[in-house]
Amino acid sequence: MELSATDREIINGDHGRAASDALQLVLRFAEAVGAPRLLSCASAHVDGCLYHGQASLDFVERFVALEGRVKVPTTLNVGSVDLIHPELFIGDAALGAAGKRLMQAHIELGCTPSFTCAPYQTLLRPRFGDQLAWAESNAIVFANSVIGARTNRYGDFIDLACALTGRVPDYGLHRSENRRAKAIVEVHGFDEAGPDQAGGLAVAAGLFTGKHCGDAIAAITGLPRSTSEDDLKALGAAAASSGSVAMFHAVGLTPEAPDLETATGRMDVPVAGRLGPLEVAETLSSLSTVKDGAALTAVALGTPHFSLSEFGRLMPMLDLAPFAVPIYVNTGRHEWERLQADGRAARLEEAGVTVVVDTCTYVTAIIRDLSGAVMTNSGKWAYYAPGNLGVDVAFGTLADTLLSAKAGRVVRA
Amino acid sequence: MSMRGLVHGKAEGACLKLDDPLSFWGGFDSASGNVIDRFHPQHGARLSGTMLFMERGRGSSSGASVLAEAIRLGTAPAAIILIDEDAIIATGALVAQMLYGIDCPVIAVKDRLEWQRLSALPRLAAQSGAEAVVLTPQP
Repeated sequence: MELSATDREIINGDHGRAASDALQLVLRFAEAVGAPRLLSCASAHVDGCLYHGQASLDFVERFVALEGRVKVPTTLNVGSVDLIHPELFIGDAALGAAGKRLMQAHIELGCTPSFTCAPYQTLLRPRFGDQLAWAESNAIVFANSVIGARTNRYGDFIDLACALTGRVPDYGLHRSENRRAKAIVEVHGFDEAGPDQAGGLAVAAGLFTGKHCGDAIAAITGLPRSTSEDDLKALGAAAASSGSVAMFHAVGLTPEAPDLETATGRMDVPVAGRLGPLEVAETLSSLSTVKDGAALTAVALGTPHFSLSEFGRLMPMLDLAPFAVPIYVNTGRHEWERLQADGRAARLEEAGVTVVVDTCTYVTAIIRDLSGAVMTNSGKWAYYAPGNLGVDVAFGTLADTLLSAKAGRVVRA
Repeated sequence: MSMRGLVHGKAEGACLKLDDPLSFWGGFDSASGNVIDRFHPQHGARLSGTMLFMERGRGSSSGASVLAEAIRLGTAPAAIILIDEDAIIATGALVAQMLYGIDCPVIAVKDRLEWQRLSALPRLAAQSGAEAVVLTPQP
């Protein structure tokens, strides 16, 4: 292992015992993945604030006791409770208390109390080419693919260890030669798709890519010009749910893929699959565990966390109110502050929409009535919630979900 | 190719070979020490205290938390013996060692035939260090 002068200082304890212990962990991780050296990272995004057991808390408390401080700007992923609206949590009280302490302990280490899975939206948007130590599968894919920043799939423990040292192992997606597409996914028949249809297509393309490309980087061709950044976010989140995807190229849309030749580095790359209207419809219908017409008990939006532009699309649809079932929208607390400031928060409340911050309805006990199906426009929510919450799910576009909330059963726009 | 000790320490136990890689997150219950992935061929098997032979790692990075929690609770394997290096498994065992001082050595054998030969032994003692890894068959 080539150690820099800074690495040696940290190991010697010049930056404190917490940094020294954390660097030992980063170095052993680097050895395990075969990285020859460490790099400086511009920021970290830490996923360790969701409670998995006592070991999660013991790890962070150890660094708090050693007076550790993060060395780079560090955002936090969702926790187990909504600290701004704690009354929304309806799970076990001891679990809630441990989850809350875990979130607080991270703040004591100097992490930003963002508690969002989409820190790239309003809070800390990395720049093209930045080296990052990011956890949370959708954030990793977004940073690599849509922004062109560089991170591997970091996660439990190692994300915080990188944050406490500002160092990250030099391997995988930190290196240009590993960022080229190794497979092609061809989408056809959607050139004229409008915004609502583009949203559904993005989820289908993501699920398909995850399933058929696994951890290989795919170059996706044929996505419509109407594909928004929010759609690319949904695509990445879906791909990281159905496969170990850390990066994709959307040819003509993402920064490292102005054209297919650039995305593949002019290598001969196999076509992993073709996705036309029929395959898209089949992929999306496979997400639903209930049939059209089934009774709903809630609608869940905002997985990953809703952006301000997604709220912009949602607001006019609130004219459909009153709704027959509650609508939950997860978002970041920074987005929530903006909504409060510009009056949209009040309008959402009037229409019966519950805005959830700091956490997400698919990882914690928030949705009160799970006796019927829950409808979502999120491929990620639809993928995980049946296992996590034991709930039936219906997938639809944003317009579908609002019309269904009004009807109290699954209908389509 | 020589064996590498990803996590150092000593352990001894009965060998158990997994037919498929296992994701500790969602596939293993740290409270009971059992395989709970219902699609895994050894669903229901108890891994606690075994010299666990697993070809490679699999699944979410939250597996590191689950493994560390199992080591804390005493329900984890005694050691994990892989063919190739795995960062998630190594991280979970390293963190448990750091926090609780309990060893769960993680070893990459690097050679598939050697890994298969070792996995067929009834019992094994492992000594995993920076300089060398020593695996000794036990009666």
